[in-house]
Amino acid sequence: MSTAGPPATLDPYAIREDFPILSTVLHGDKPLVFLDNAASTQHPRQVIGALTEMYEKHYANVHRGIHWLSEQSTDLYEQTREKVRAFINAAMTEEIIFTPGTTASINTIARSWGDAHLTPGDEILLSVMEHHSNLVPWQQLAERQGAVLRHLPITDDGHLVLDQLDELLTERTKLVSLTSISNVLGTVNPIREITRRAHDAGALVLIDAAQHAPHLPLDVAELGCDFLAFSGHKMLGPSGVGVLYGRAEILDALPPFLGGGSMINSVQLDRFTPADLPAKFEAGTPPIAPAIALGAAIDYLNNLGLEAVHQHEVQLTRYAHDLLEGIAGVQILGPRAEEKAGIVTFVLEGIHAHDVAHLLDRQGVAVRAGHHCTQPLHDRLGVTATSRASFYLYNTLAEIDQLGDAILHAQHVFRRR
Amino acid sequence: MSNDEDVYQEHVLDHYEDPYHRGQCEHATHAHEERNPLCGDIIEIQAAIDPSGKLAELFFDGDGCCISQASASMLVERLDGKTIDEVKNFSARDMLDLFGARLTPNRQKCCLLSWRALQAAIHSPLVEGDESASSSQPSGPALNEES
Repeated sequence: MSTAGPPATLDPYAIREDFPILSTVLHGDKPLVFLDNAASTQHPRQVIGALTEMYEKHYANVHRGIHWLSEQSTDLYEQTREKVRAFINAAMTEEIIFTPGTTASINTIARSWGDAHLTPGDEILLSVMEHHSNLVPWQQLAERQGAVLRHLPITDDGHLVLDQLDELLTERTKLVSLTSISNVLGTVNPIREITRRAHDAGALVLIDAAQHAPHLPLDVAELGCDFLAFSGHKMLGPSGVGVLYGRAEILDALPPFLGGGSMINSVQLDRFTPADLPAKFEAGTPPIAPAIALGAAIDYLNNLGLEAVHQHEVQLTRYAHDLLEGIAGVQILGPRAEEKAGIVTFVLEGIHAHDVAHLLDRQGVAVRAGHHCTQPLHDRLGVTATSRASFYLYNTLAEIDQLGDAILHAQHVFRRR
Repeated sequence: MSNDEDVYQEHVLDHYEDPYHRGQCEHATHAHEERNPLCGDIIEIQAAIDPSGKLAELFFDGDGCCISQASASMLVERLDGKTIDEVKNFSARDMLDLFGARLTPNRQKCCLLSWRALQAAIHSPLVEGDESASSSQPSGPALNEES
């Protein structure tokens, strides 16, 4: 891959050279068509290389020893924190907490902020399209603290009903926790406007950016949100590492969630004083090597330019919509192609999503089938299971043709064509 | 080479599209619903078990993939009118053999959903205290299901 500055458009064929797994051939002669990127993405040699290099040359625990290796490891780990800060334009590195992933990030706020600040009758506003990871932690919190959950509804074509926002934002609303991009519908939510209106109503705002950070530029300074969460494994990085961003003045005042090593200033037999940010929220040995490899993933994305990544996905999504809309018996859920991210969730008339995924897999095409951790959304849409094709920077128009052919094949097997 | 036809054979699709005894059992004495939480498949088995221990009527209902629904139809067709002992002796392996097509461990779970529902149903009388048709032991030799 060329490193001569960010190109205006991506060349997915050149990019694919960096991803060894994408040359996989399965079921005898079927080239892998990997369209399950909203679940987890694949890794370029640069990220795999960063992991290998870390383990072969620099690895030791961080913030512990004064020996040479520990200092190396700590330097690399903290350099990555700075890369993440710049990636989302946070004000300072203390606002970047490494966690095991989006789920852990959200649970940290639910436990730390939620347990400290919510009283019975307080309200948290979510939406109907949330991933279970941005729903269940709040249900658990509501049960502990007697808080009340409210849910912004969606339209039939998968947009938030903003007309109801003012009504749902009451003087009891303490937090709005919302996905930036739906992991099923691909809807890109107007998080900036919602953040502003939530702040006007006196509520804090948490953004679930798991489907945003890998695909579109993020700027927390411009967005103004109070907390933001995303995962490394959906953006070319390893599993096991994610990020919690929080505004320093808020995080500073919060009690720690997990207790243990690293998160303390001093410990006596009957008490402790917590460490300063960000260590306060990083109890125990953190995901050292995965975090450093996430730094390599950020370098890779910065080199391509997230705007170029986005434009590539727009092209793929429009092409997929045109193709699938031309196949009788295919119904795409969610907004029109022009109004969403690179996620195309669909149902085939008369064929269950698991059978679709099974038959597509036999043609080498990997899609996700099921409820995608959004059971309430599927209830709202009146479907039990759907199939989801989700795109990333290495996918090609030819692969979408293969998706279309595989769908036709599935319909043929089911005697629907 | 694709072996789609190995799984989605004609007789499987026939059961899926035109199932045997899909619906409600009018005089049900026993019933049980099983779900696969991973994929949302649901099978409910309803049976009318007469005093002699015979499944006089056997029905299923549910929602899910072709394999879960077609296998339920095959199972109900095979065991309708049989005795409780015959149901208990019908093993998980028998169920997979009845289905015919080779299945990966994950899809075996789809195939065994109705079998699990039936084995539980014969121990699940609809009227409380009516244990005449069953013992308290779960029956049916299970496969060592992998995940």
